[in-house]
Amino acid sequence: MKGLHIISTGGALPARAVTNDELSRRVDTSDEWISTRTGIRQRYFCGPDESATTLAAAAARQALERSGLTPADIGCCVCATLSADYASPSMACLVQAELGLPENIPVLDVNAACSGFLYGISVARGLLAASEGRYALVVGCEQLSRLLDMDDRSTCVLFGDGAGAAVLEMADSAPFAALLGARGDKAIQVEGPGPLPAHIRMDGRAVFRFAVDAIPKCVDGILNQTGRTLDSIDWVVCHQANERIIDHCVKKLNAPAEKFFKNLSRTGNTSAASIPLALNELYENGQLRPGQTLLCVGFGGGLTWAGTLLTYQGKGTAE
Amino acid sequence: MDFEALKQVIVDTLNCDPEKVTLEATLTEDLEADSLDAVELNMAIEEACGVSIPDEKLAELKTVKDIFDYITENANA
Repeated sequence: MKGLHIISTGGALPARAVTNDELSRRVDTSDEWISTRTGIRQRYFCGPDESATTLAAAAARQALERSGLTPADIGCCVCATLSADYASPSMACLVQAELGLPENIPVLDVNAACSGFLYGISVARGLLAASEGRYALVVGCEQLSRLLDMDDRSTCVLFGDGAGAAVLEMADSAPFAALLGARGDKAIQVEGPGPLPAHIRMDGRAVFRFAVDAIPKCVDGILNQTGRTLDSIDWVVCHQANERIIDHCVKKLNAPAEKFFKNLSRTGNTSAASIPLALNELYENGQLRPGQTLLCVGFGGGLTWAGTLLTYQGKGTAE
Repeated sequence: MDFEALKQVIVDTLNCDPEKVTLEATLTEDLEADSLDAVELNMAIEEACGVSIPDEKLAELKTVKDIFDYITENANA
């Protein structure tokens, strides 16, 4: 099957940044405690006029505009989320309506928690291959602020809202590899529609152990699959959950820390949105250049994990 | 694993001052380790000497001596 490369990115964050100091007025915590233990200094929470839908549509619109394509060019639309505005319609269908995407294409959500964006890319690749489409719009969007137990200081400080998107093109020449896996386990749990309050709950120690195993497994797995070494990778973009998870893995892999992009100090953990938001930040900072090879790694609820190697073939720097 | 080896693992994992790592030192207060530090330390000990401390058990081990004794007992078991 042909590979995919990224031709544009987009991102959207709510207007309101919530600092650690602000949270420490609601729960017994402090800026020092949160930042030294997680690397997070602030996150964004949706206000009354914002939602997973508005963020997803804004990120998707930006990616589409930067791609230079029209809505009619898009061959499938996949949204990754665990905090959709509705059980139905899907976030992807809401984005379709907002952007005026064609009706004769597959449009659906994927739930693989923090690995969702990378699962979404693989789903989109399969859909394009099956339909002879050429371009996919893949979005990761979350409004996790509504799933937080604001009395639980071990989880409520970690998460934030946001959306990121990418337009990908299917091409013969595109280097591409994916490694997806899962192990059904409730170490990270979010109640859905039902009698229980919907809150994110997490066994931090078990998740840490899982995460520091999953990242090297995905990195090494993708490198072995493609016969590459880290020298040929320009950026390793991991799901942004906790700085200490990434730091631990850099040490374990004996890898150059500067290749592992980090932005979670500004956004917190945005689950499925974290990887596309990181890609978009690389682009907007002028750090993402045409031809660069990316190794993206997701891990999280499910438990799920995903490694994806692909290249960026869009425009050089932010307009 | 002797005490010096354990001390090295602790210093490397927690990035702490070697002088602070005494048998009497407490993990959470003297060495300022939190729950994730404890998991990292546990993994490093397992790698260094093959002894795996269950997370529930680790929470009961307060001092460096407690850990040292646990490793010694379980390495010989």
